[in-house]
Amino acid sequence: MELIYALAIGVLTGSGVWLLLRPRTFQVIMGLSLLSYAVNLFIFGMGRLTAGRAPIVGSTAVADAALYADPLPQALVLTAIVIGFATTALFLVVLLASRGLTGTDHVDGQESES
Amino acid sequence: MSGWLAHLPLLPILLPLLGGAAMLLLADGRRTARTVISLAVTLAQLAVALILLAMAGGALPGLGGDVIAVYRLGNWSAPFGIVLVVDRLAAVMLTLTAVLALASLVYATARWDRLGAHFKPLFQFLLMGVNGAFLTGDLFNLFVFVEVLLAASYGLLLHGSGAPRVRAGLHYLVVNLAASLLFLIGTALIYGMTGTLNMADLALILPTLNAGDRSLFDVGAAILGIAFLVKAGVWPLNFWLPEAYGAAVAPVAALFSILTKVGIYALLRIGSLLAEAGTPALFGGTWLFCIGLVTLFFGCAGMLAAQQPQRLTAYCVIVSAGTLLASVGLGGAAMAGPALFYLISSVLATGAFFMLAEMIERSRAFGANVLAVSFETFGVDDPFDPERPDEVVGTVIPAAMAFLGLGFISCALLVSGLPPLSGFVAKFSILATALAGASGDMPLLPAIVLLAAILGSGLVGLVALCRMGMRIFWSSDDRIVPRLRLLEAGPVAFLILACVALTAGAGPVAAYLDATGRALGAPQTYIEAVLAAETPASSNGAPR
Repeated sequence: MELIYALAIGVLTGSGVWLLLRPRTFQVIMGLSLLSYAVNLFIFGMGRLTAGRAPIVGSTAVADAALYADPLPQALVLTAIVIGFATTALFLVVLLASRGLTGTDHVDGQESES
Repeated sequence: MSGWLAHLPLLPILLPLLGGAAMLLLADGRRTARTVISLAVTLAQLAVALILLAMAGGALPGLGGDVIAVYRLGNWSAPFGIVLVVDRLAAVMLTLTAVLALASLVYATARWDRLGAHFKPLFQFLLMGVNGAFLTGDLFNLFVFVEVLLAASYGLLLHGSGAPRVRAGLHYLVVNLAASLLFLIGTALIYGMTGTLNMADLALILPTLNAGDRSLFDVGAAILGIAFLVKAGVWPLNFWLPEAYGAAVAPVAALFSILTKVGIYALLRIGSLLAEAGTPALFGGTWLFCIGLVTLFFGCAGMLAAQQPQRLTAYCVIVSAGTLLASVGLGGAAMAGPALFYLISSVLATGAFFMLAEMIERSRAFGANVLAVSFETFGVDDPFDPERPDEVVGTVIPAAMAFLGLGFISCALLVSGLPPLSGFVAKFSILATALAGASGDMPLLPAIVLLAAILGSGLVGLVALCRMGMRIFWSSDDRIVPRLRLLEAGPVAFLILACVALTAGAGPVAAYLDATGRALGAPQTYIEAVLAAETPASSNGAPR
């Protein structure tokens, strides 16, 4: 599981960085989205990978930390998803405004000379 | 500490949040109501910040010396719950933010807030993010508050729209989104290795890590450091900065001069807390020193090259970031006091300068700056020079131009660090501390390098500003005398007078800031205050 997980993060990050460095705004936004998926998986992985364990301690059982998944990274991921979603939406608006004002989808607002 | 004082640390976050939300409920057309609300909320923040400043400095009677006020949200104790911490450093930054915000807001009410929708709510949300970032005691909430301030700053940067702003905003957005992702990776790595996000707890756990975990922690800290350096506007991560700050409307640019300092604050805070267990790279030491020097050099080159006043000011922001990082990198906590003095002086000066630059731009005929450049480049004398009528000599300078000129000179003195204003005091105390440290235990060479760099940057700043001033005030005949309103001239005068007050009261202010530096050098008090085992009130009752 660790290997697949790590590979997934690696592939997402690699593709994300490549797209981020492309000159078209749409590629940049896709790159940022892929990167944020990779980062969310990474945060999740930092709480250690476990299967089939609840993150919430029940009211009856005596708490043994080893039986439960770490709830904190899950909360962090949730926050990061919300913030990432909002900023991506904002970026989409700016992207469209830039397209409308400059007439091109190049990140610099003009085509490069070459 | 009890009663209403205990709840004071929450107010710098709560006030702008509620004020901004209340303004959103009003229609955008009701400017008067919005203006009243935003002014009241900003003034209240200033008042709260001043009380916190007095409290942290031990000036409030009945509290017994310095207080590090810790506000536990929901009364959960520190490593588990979220805490807000007010110590001297946080209180100083809060006060600075409130002063700058007040000036910028008043300036904006003159005309700029009509340029687009929701200026004032966004303004308050930005303040909420900045205040929260200064107050919070754990890494993840630092991330959240930085995101709040960034989200508001995206909106404010785009305020007024237009192609240059949208293009600069696009770059600003992408760079900061990427930096935020780095921030998250760093935070997650640190959490994975130490199991805590609380900065005080981190300082305690760090020495207990084994070598493998420690090296991974250092990787996380380095990634986090890069995220902070992007925010601080450090070379080579600052190419977005002149573009963005040069394109923003003047009051927004003035307020943005505090944003880069959020990154520097975070570096200083975390660096000082982790100093005992070995500061990670990028939070202090040689790396920071070298990065600061290169940034200083880059900023100086930019100042010489800049043609518009607003871009010149943006490079002043970079120079100030470089100076700060180089001095903190050289001296660590020992240098924090003078560096903070410089920080306050430079934030006020650049804030005033951004607003002044916009008023100056109004006075120049379109294309005047292009003409001035080509005259200089091709060595062409002013063709109308011999025919210039003599009676020009006797012309009375209009009051507006006199104000602009005086303001420009004051800002130039502040930025380049010449006497008699506070820029000089700040640079002098940085250099004095560096040399005093060099005669003690630190090596001499870095101190000399810092001396040369800071004096050189002052000279370059003076050259650039003199040239700009001559071009604007002396060499152009076809300028229009701008009509200044009191609402616009007032805030600039207020910020410059604040710098004058800083100079006049340099003794007490420097004493306060030196105590701040000493507190940063001995983080034990901070750690103990945050993690104090004060039993929450609910734990006295029977378990439910």
